[in-house]
Amino acid sequence: MADTAHRPPRVAARRSTADRSRGGSPRRRREAVAGYTFLLPWFIGLFGITLFPMLYSLYLSFTDYDLLQSPQWIGLENYVRMLTDDPQYWNSVKATLLFAVVSVPLKLAVALGVALLLYRDRRGVGLYRALFYVPSLLGGSVAIAIVWQTLFGGQGALNEILGLVGIEGRSWITNPSTALGTLVLLAAWQFGAPMVIFLAGLKQIPAEMFEAGALDGAGRFKQFWHITLPMLSPVLFFNLVLETIAGFQGFTAAFVISGGTGGPADSTLLYTLYLYLRGFGDFQMGYASAMAWGFLLVLGIITAIVFRSGSLWVHYADEGEH
Amino acid sequence: MTTAPSTLASAPIAPQAPTRGRPARGRGGIVAHVVLVALLVVALYPIVYMVGTSFKSPQEISNNLDVLPESFTPGNYADGWSGIPGVSFARFFANSVVVSVGVVVGNVLSCALAAYAFARLRFPLRGVWFALMIGTLLLPHHVLVVPQYVLFNALGWVNTPLPLIVPKFLATDAFFVFLMVQFMRGIPRTLDEAAAIDGCGPFATFFRIVLPLTKPALVTTTVFSFIQTWNDFFSQLVYLNDIAKYTLPIGLRLFLDSSGQNAVGPMFAMSVLSLVPVFLFFLVFQRLIVEGINTSGIKG
Repeated sequence: MADTAHRPPRVAARRSTADRSRGGSPRRRREAVAGYTFLLPWFIGLFGITLFPMLYSLYLSFTDYDLLQSPQWIGLENYVRMLTDDPQYWNSVKATLLFAVVSVPLKLAVALGVALLLYRDRRGVGLYRALFYVPSLLGGSVAIAIVWQTLFGGQGALNEILGLVGIEGRSWITNPSTALGTLVLLAAWQFGAPMVIFLAGLKQIPAEMFEAGALDGAGRFKQFWHITLPMLSPVLFFNLVLETIAGFQGFTAAFVISGGTGGPADSTLLYTLYLYLRGFGDFQMGYASAMAWGFLLVLGIITAIVFRSGSLWVHYADEGEH
Repeated sequence: MTTAPSTLASAPIAPQAPTRGRPARGRGGIVAHVVLVALLVVALYPIVYMVGTSFKSPQEISNNLDVLPESFTPGNYADGWSGIPGVSFARFFANSVVVSVGVVVGNVLSCALAAYAFARLRFPLRGVWFALMIGTLLLPHHVLVVPQYVLFNALGWVNTPLPLIVPKFLATDAFFVFLMVQFMRGIPRTLDEAAAIDGCGPFATFFRIVLPLTKPALVTTTVFSFIQTWNDFFSQLVYLNDIAKYTLPIGLRLFLDSSGQNAVGPMFAMSVLSLVPVFLFFLVFQRLIVEGINTSGIKG
C-alpha cells in the first residue's frame, strides 16, 4: 500500500523539476518543513501514545506491577505462568478462537446471502439495505447487550416463544454450552456492515459476464461459482480481514452478558475480557501486558495467514494485464 | 411487504429484463422478497422487542408475550431517568456528549492535517511514515490499553474524559487518516498547482483549497467517530470510575447490578433513549453511512 502511495507524487516530482531551475530547491525544503509540521500531531501520537507505550508494555510484561509499587523485574515468569500455570488463560484462548472461527464465517455467509438476494431484485433495495444495516449500527452498544441478556436469559422472551412451539426453555446465558452461542448470534446479527460492502462489490461485476455465462449455458449456481465468487473475492477478502480483526476483539457483549465475569465456567471469557479482568480488576499490569503481547503475536500470525491465503483464492480482475 | 406485489406486477411489463443478463424476475423475485421480509422480521425483532418492553408495566413484562404492550406505560422512562440513586441520566447523557463531541473535533482536525501531508506533500521518509500509519491501522486497541493507562494515570488524567479525547487530537485513529488520504488523492492536483501559482504556500492551499473539497470525507469521519464513541464501552469502562463521570454505556450497566423484574422496564427505557442519538444520525446520514465509507475502502 505504501507503494501506491508513492506513485502519483513521483510523477509530480518529475514535473516540478522544470521549475527547480528557478529556485525550486528552497520550495522543496519549505514543502518538507510543511510536511513535518502537518504531521506533528500524528508524530506525537505515534511516538507518545503508540510506539513508546508498546515498548513500555513489553518491559512491563517482564515485571510484576500493581500500579502502586514500582515494577519488579521477574523475567519470563508472566509468560511461563500464562502458558503453563493458568487454566483460565487457556479457557479464554479457547473461547476466543471458538467465537471467531464460528462467528466470522457465519456473519459473512449471511451477509453474502442477503446481498445476493438484494442485488438481484432492485425494487426496494434502498429500504431493505438501510433496515438490514440498523443492527450493525446499534449492535455494539451496551443497550443491545442488555437486550440480548434479557432475550436469552432465564425468563427471556425467546424461551416463551420456544415454549409456544413446545421446546423446553432454559437459560441460554447461564448454560456453559450455549452462552458463547448467544454471543455468536449477536455478532452474526450485525451482518449489515459486510453486506453493504458485498453489495458495492456485486454492483461492479459487469453484466456482460453474466450474459456470456448464460450464453454458454451456465445456470445460476454455475454463474455464482464461476463468475460471482471469483469476481467478488477481493471484496470477500477485505471483509474477511476486517471481520477477523473485529472478531478477536469482542468485549462489550461478553462483559455485559456474563456480568463482567466471562462465565459461566469461563465459556464467554473472551481474550480481551480476561485481559481487562487481570489488568483492571486485579491490577496485575505485568501479567496483562504479557497477555497483550501474546495477543498481538497470535493476531499477527492469524492476519498473516489470512493475507497469505489471499494469494491462493483472491482473484484480481486486472491481474492478466500485468 | 408492500414491495412483493409490485414486483409481481412489474414482471410482465418488463420483458427486456432478462436481456440485461440478470435472472428474470417473477417467481424467483417473489421468493426472494418473502425470504427478505422474513429475515427482516428476525433482524429487527430484538429492536422492536426493546422498544416494546420499554413501554410495558412489570406485570406485562412477565405475562405479555407480544412484542408490543397492551397498555403503554411511559412511566418506565421517568423511573429510569432518575433510576440510579444520586445521579440522573441527564448527567450520563451530558458526559457522553462531551466525550463524543471532543472525539469528533479531534479526529476531524488531526486526521485532516496528517492526511494532507501524506496525500500531497513531499518530504523525506514519507513512505516509511505512511507504512507505519498503515501498520497502526491493524494494531488492536487492547494491546495498548495497559501502558496507556499507566501513562494517563501518571498524568493524573484517570477519571476524567481526557484519556478518551486527547489521543484523538493526535490522529491516532489511523482509519480516518487513511480514509482522508484516499479522498484527497482524488482531488485534482491542478487545483493545488493553480493555488501555488497564485502564491499559496502549503498551509494556504490546505485551508483554502483541499480542506473545503474534503468535506464529504470530513462528514464521514464525523458520523463514524460519533457513533463509535457513543457506543464505545471498553475505554470508558477503563478510565471512568466515579459515577458522576460515567457516560451512558457505563451508566446503563448499573441497571444490571440492580436486578429484579421491576428494573427491566426502566432499564429498557434508558437503553432505548441511549440509542436515539445514534439512530438520528443514521436517519440523517443514511445514504452516506450505507454507501459511503464502507465502499470507499475497496475502491482505493
